[in-house]
Amino acid sequence: MNWNYIVRRVALFLVVVWAAASVNFFVPRLGTGRDPIREKLGQLAASGGLRQDGIEAMVKAYQAKFGLDKPLYVQYLNFLGDTFTLDLGYSLANYPARVGQMIGNAIPWTIGLMVVSVLIGFALGTLIGALSAWPNAPPWVRSLAVPFMTLSAIPPYLLGLIVLYILGLKMQWFPLSGGYSPGMLAIASVDFYLDVLHHSILPALAIVLQAVGFWALGMRGMMVTTSGEDYVTLAEANGLRNRTIFFRYGLRNAMLPQFTALGLSLANVVAGQVIVEVIFAYPGIGTVLFQAIQSSDYTVINGVVLILIMSIGLVTMLMDFLYPLLDPRISHSRQN
Amino acid sequence: MSESVNNREPLLDISGLEVHFETRRGIARAVNEVDLTLYKGERFGLVGESGSGKTTMILALLRMIKTPGFIAGGKAVFDDGTDLLALNAEQVRQTRLKRVAMVPQGAMNSLNPVIRIGEQMMLTMREHGEEGERDELMARVVGLLEKVGLKPEAASLYPHELSGGMKQRACIAQAICLNPQLILADEPTSALDVVVQRQIMQTLRQLQIGLDATVLLVGHDMGLMAQFAERVGIMYGGKLVEVGTVSDIFRNPQHPYTQLLISSIPSFETRGDFKGIPGVALSLLDPPSGCLFHPRCPKATDACAQREPTLKEVSPGQWASCLLHEEEHDATAS
Ligand SMILES: Nc1ncnc2c1ncn2[C@@H]1O[C@H](COP(=O)(O)OP(=O)(O)OP(=O)(O)O)[C@@H](O)[C@H]1O
Ligand SMILES: [Mg+2]
Repeated sequence: MNWNYIVRRVALFLVVVWAAASVNFFVPRLGTGRDPIREKLGQLAASGGLRQDGIEAMVKAYQAKFGLDKPLYVQYLNFLGDTFTLDLGYSLANYPARVGQMIGNAIPWTIGLMVVSVLIGFALGTLIGALSAWPNAPPWVRSLAVPFMTLSAIPPYLLGLIVLYILGLKMQWFPLSGGYSPGMLAIASVDFYLDVLHHSILPALAIVLQAVGFWALGMRGMMVTTSGEDYVTLAEANGLRNRTIFFRYGLRNAMLPQFTALGLSLANVVAGQVIVEVIFAYPGIGTVLFQAIQSSDYTVINGVVLILIMSIGLVTMLMDFLYPLLDPRISHSRQN
Repeated sequence: MSESVNNREPLLDISGLEVHFETRRGIARAVNEVDLTLYKGERFGLVGESGSGKTTMILALLRMIKTPGFIAGGKAVFDDGTDLLALNAEQVRQTRLKRVAMVPQGAMNSLNPVIRIGEQMMLTMREHGEEGERDELMARVVGLLEKVGLKPEAASLYPHELSGGMKQRACIAQAICLNPQLILADEPTSALDVVVQRQIMQTLRQLQIGLDATVLLVGHDMGLMAQFAERVGIMYGGKLVEVGTVSDIFRNPQHPYTQLLISSIPSFETRGDFKGIPGVALSLLDPPSGCLFHPRCPKATDACAQREPTLKEVSPGQWASCLLHEEEHDATAS
């Protein structure tokens, strides 16, 4: 990998963010003749029984406040500047909360729960899928993949409801919702972390149970191909240990396509697990997005979508940088 | 066949080797009662048409026959009394490469694409309990690479950065890293161009002489065989039908199949017409009675369909499995 490639790849990432931001900016303005400020004030006036006289003045005042009185290109440049400095404006529903702050509060929860569960599901699924296609694996391990593949056909929110019902409601082993117990002081203490862990197990289970089968299925196919490769045969003929052949010759090579899928899956964590977060009332980005949609909180929706696009762009960029390290046959230096 | 050839000591005594494949239409005897003694430091060539069981025999010696195949019987006893076919899984693993090494056919894809050549070789050595600092092992790797004609820099390359011939050299370097007594090479150069082929065979011979190892070479290229091997074995339908020194086999073949095989080698005198062996290759699932070759044999008699011949010494050091010789044999014996 060389600097030339890195610079071009980062530039491509910035172009993606710019395009996403532009779509975010222009699409709402395509609805001709609608003015959200006037509409909102009109609604307030109507429901509050106020008089309509002052409204024009208020509209003007708000437009000045939000910069909407300026020409379109100035608005656009301001918007781009804000976007690249991650200033996402105010929440409409929770004014004066700032969108950046709302997302910032939610992100650690989403990363902590969702990303970790996706990684666990990936690791387990990859291992089980690989073993299920490995001729020398014990039969009971090989049959493990079947129940997981069945589970993967069930959407995670349904699995969520099932684990909630059985382990939360019937057995009462785990709390039903939230990221931590109400009234718990959200400070860095052992008690708090244990409480968070306790709350995270059910939603994590729902995601892991669903993901394992998905990863196992992909890995199984790759491993069938890889276990027939000449280098695996020769490794066996050279008397390498079974375990070494499995991990360093089989799994290691069969896994390469899995990484691409993992990158996309991690980037999609936020959008993909919205419903799971909502079911468990988990304080992550999915819940923020869900509530924003319910309350037509456009700035928050825009903000979440923008963060989503940025994270997908960022992760695919990182994958591109990582891939030559994983597979030496892929090299970026030749592309000059 | 226990007396020495050219005063050499026997290394591996294969007797009654049977490998069967279980198929839906019955059992195929891919290796059929093969008796063969390999001597220390000799180069033995194994030839025979496609499907005659050459690869299967090599895999049996490595204990790498996979289902639906299995080793149905026989022995392969080393000079120290170890029977290869009686070892348990861990013993088999330790025997591989240390005593019996393989040079693969498809060198193009026989190295792990994500590990550098040197690392792969060190990994292989460590798996066999070769201890030592990284530097020490690396020095050994470089030494091995030089022995097969590769530069030390090859150690830090990935397989895709090597040409086909270089990859095959790397595979040979790996095969000899623990000084094996027996090297099994199944068409090691069939994927390479003629010039590279000869160079690699040359290297293999130098190494074999240096190590005083025995090489069992499988191949279709009779020219290459004639140059490389000292003794040659001919297989037909899973059976070893003739064994002899390379000059006996080429100048004075005794089995009708060998005779046809030798006379079908193209030369400039016979340019123009493709000589082959009449008839079709036999089906292992439905073998003919008596001698397996009799339906295609120009010299077959009625007896050939009745009785199964066995390997008989027809002249010193040359063995053939044919009733024509058994009759002579019986005649001279009585
Ligand atoms: N997996 C298998 N299942 C069924 N039969 C098999 C299997 N592998 C090999 N055989 C049978 O064993 C016989 C010997 O095959 P083998 O590969 O040893 O031949 P070969 O002499 O190496 O041929 P070639 O010169 O083409 O490499 C063949 O007739 C084949 O039908
Ligand atoms: Mg073969």
